[in-house]
Amino acid sequence: MGQFFEMGGYAGYVWPAFVIVLVVMAVLWVASRRGCRNSEHTLAALRKNRQQQGIDAQ
Amino acid sequence: MSMHYFANPTRFTRLAERIQPWAEGLAGVLLVVGLYLALVEAPADYQQGDTVRIMFVHVPSAWMAMFCYSFLAVASAIALIWKHPLADLAAKASAPIGAGFTFLALVTGSLWGKPMWGTWWVWDARLTSVLILFFLYLGYMALWQAIEDGQKAAKAAAVLALVGAVNVPIIKFSVDWWNTLHQPASVLRMDGPAIHPSMLWPLLIMALAFKAYFVALLLVRMRMELNLRRIRALQLAERTT
Repeated sequence: MGQFFEMGGYAGYVWPAFVIVLVVMAVLWVASRRGCRNSEHTLAALRKNRQQQGIDAQ
Repeated sequence: MSMHYFANPTRFTRLAERIQPWAEGLAGVLLVVGLYLALVEAPADYQQGDTVRIMFVHVPSAWMAMFCYSFLAVASAIALIWKHPLADLAAKASAPIGAGFTFLALVTGSLWGKPMWGTWWVWDARLTSVLILFFLYLGYMALWQAIEDGQKAAKAAAVLALVGAVNVPIIKFSVDWWNTLHQPASVLRMDGPAIHPSMLWPLLIMALAFKAYFVALLLVRMRMELNLRRIRALQLAERTT
């Protein structure tokens, strides 16, 4: 197991490469999901607002 | 079915919501399998030792960097020529993904270059043209931000994307046209891959994982951009009435 983590003496290069790939992919993923959800909420609120205004105007 | 069939935003959103979980699941499974093969099953290289494992994230990242830009350029062309209403959103949605993968290609390349070449960076044709690609992505995204009128922004960004597309073949052939430390292509070559199956398989599975990830992320970001466009339209309508 120790041998696996040592990566033949190149642990300081191999592991950071894999970690940064996974971190960037995860951050992009979470940020995009959150952005999409926020946009859905904003849109729903705006539409509801307009509907209510429409009712008020009548 | 015409190209404009899925131009209907509601139809697109419904389809995107149906495809997305499959793309996500596929990306997750392929990523786990690919990482296992890359880190455990694949042999160390007889010359490069375990640093060769960096290839399994570096090469797919670099492929995605080029793929995303090609996608962005084609979508921009469709937006400019046929005015397809989702094309400019697709282009805009793909830019951060491409920028992310270009960044990863540069960083993992640097982490591979230090132990093997003895340097983090050289100003040779391959590395420099990929750095330019990264700046093209950033410029493209900045241009969208800088112009307030959505239609004008889309047009300017699309023109920039098409001009920048010259860089893609330059990246691909830079290793053949100029002297460079970077090795030439080992997989995508006329006489077939020059790489052993024990390393080719993990590489291809990681590449597929990144592709599936791209599809899932693109769909999420396109839905977001579509919502943002609707929000802007509603806000504009409210201001004028």
